[in-house]
Amino acid sequence: MKILVTVKRVTDYEAKLKLAADGLDIVRDSVNMIMNPFDQIAVEEALRIKEKDSAEVVVLSMGTKDAEAQMRAAMAMGADRGILVETGSNVSSEMDSALAAKMIHQIIKRESPNIVLMGKQSIDDDNHQTAEMVAELWGVGQATQANTVTIKGQEAVVVREADGGLETLSVDLPCVITTDLRLNEPRYASLPNIMKAKKKPLDFLSSSELGIEHQPQIKIKKLSYPPSRKSGQRVSNVSELVNKLKNEAKVL
Amino acid sequence: MATHLIFVEHDQNGIKKSSLSAVTAAKKMGGELHGILLGKNVKALAREFCPYVDKVHFGEHEGLEHRLAQPYAKVMSDVAKQIGASHVWASATVAGKDLMPRVAIRLNAGMASDIQAVISENTFSRPVWAGDLNCEIELLTSIKVITVRVSEFAPAEIGSNASEPIPIDVSLGPVNMRFVSFDAVKSERPELTDASVVVAGGRGVKGPEGFKELIEPLADILGAAIGASRAVCDAGWVPNDWQVGQTGKVVAPKLYFAIGISGAIQHVAGMKGSRVIVAINKDPEAPIFQVADYGLVADAFKAVPELISCLKS
Repeated sequence: MKILVTVKRVTDYEAKLKLAADGLDIVRDSVNMIMNPFDQIAVEEALRIKEKDSAEVVVLSMGTKDAEAQMRAAMAMGADRGILVETGSNVSSEMDSALAAKMIHQIIKRESPNIVLMGKQSIDDDNHQTAEMVAELWGVGQATQANTVTIKGQEAVVVREADGGLETLSVDLPCVITTDLRLNEPRYASLPNIMKAKKKPLDFLSSSELGIEHQPQIKIKKLSYPPSRKSGQRVSNVSELVNKLKNEAKVL
Repeated sequence: MATHLIFVEHDQNGIKKSSLSAVTAAKKMGGELHGILLGKNVKALAREFCPYVDKVHFGEHEGLEHRLAQPYAKVMSDVAKQIGASHVWASATVAGKDLMPRVAIRLNAGMASDIQAVISENTFSRPVWAGDLNCEIELLTSIKVITVRVSEFAPAEIGSNASEPIPIDVSLGPVNMRFVSFDAVKSERPELTDASVVVAGGRGVKGPEGFKELIEPLADILGAAIGASRAVCDAGWVPNDWQVGQTGKVVAPKLYFAIGISGAIQHVAGMKGSRVIVAINKDPEAPIFQVADYGLVADAFKAVPELISCLKS
């Protein structure tokens, strides 16, 4: 069994973001970067499958060289090796979801994994597109927003967080599975494992080596701050609060 | 002129209201509106949808009984090509998010997810970084795929089109996935992302008992969904799927109560779209007061029981 897990380097969810002067990106210097939290859940799930059924866990990232930090973090959790496809930039206007999916598909062709595990979305672009696009390019089934994953022979039985309840699907391997919050709680890497991860194999590829033909599909025209909420008022006690909610805001 | 194809969700008993938000978004552009319904037996539902748009296509097949992304994407993209669709729409529900990226690949179409406004035929506004920023995105492809944030578009009004729905000559293509079962949430409470009132608790409620003692009774009396900050989910006080925030659920109810929540950026990102925000926190400096419409500096253990008895009377 081989499991390919995608890992994206994203801004820390605790970071306060500032717009760049051109309004096309955020100021990235000095912003703390982390592994996309949904990808962390994907790494954890791959490791749990490995611990049960034995598997090789390969992590893949696309972006600038800096993403090595997040690859090493995944390897410190227990992933066996990594592939980093270097692109000039990880800004979405230069790297739309379809291009990312095509790159992942090229790596899938080289690696022939049984399962591709991905976060349901990244917490920067919030697109929720790439994994489903990979499944379509690869011509396989998918189970997105997984809450429980069980591998049974040549299929994955996945309980997923659907609208209004939990849906169970069985999907032939190979397949694409994406993670949702309840799937697991990612482990912390121990110090010895962090040291070990530094020596695990990490292949650097350049995106041009993958021979992808792609016309840009999207253009980011402008980022802006949403209109700020008008500053609210303090109320001095509960009955004043209830009164205002009833008569002023009219929401009770 | 634009030709729109809109994915119509249904649960076999009726059309989901969320799909009517996608109709509203498409209408902003003008052009011809087509709906598409897929399932095992959907002709009656297709007929029911006809008055909302100009034309409705319906595909019936054993293999379409359950909403599986792989065959649904095949059939939808076939119909999009056949009618020469310029825009293919769905609401940004779990089903829409699961399906539409596959449709985009099949149509070689650029995709804009979870849009909150239509700016032009090819430009849309959507939230990024969990709503910390708005992004104006242009789709450069001739066919465009869009999913619509339901809370930002009112459901379309019924119109007068009385034409008959058009059957689709269904060709499924390979299918590598099967439906097994569906367990509807049996909670008495509304879903967090659908609820018109949300009561959320943070560290200030002090533990799982605080949720039982304060948050649940308040939610009961308001018919509200329950949310929580990341800190208390991480602490294991409440299930992870109660988490409101950038790494949890993004909610936009009519009324949001933040109780004992300090207001970390990551939490605010998930709730600041709420129409009215109430914060109860004993720390007058808590950042949550900067986004709250009504702030009450008080100990939750005193204020919430008082609030409950006030609402009861």
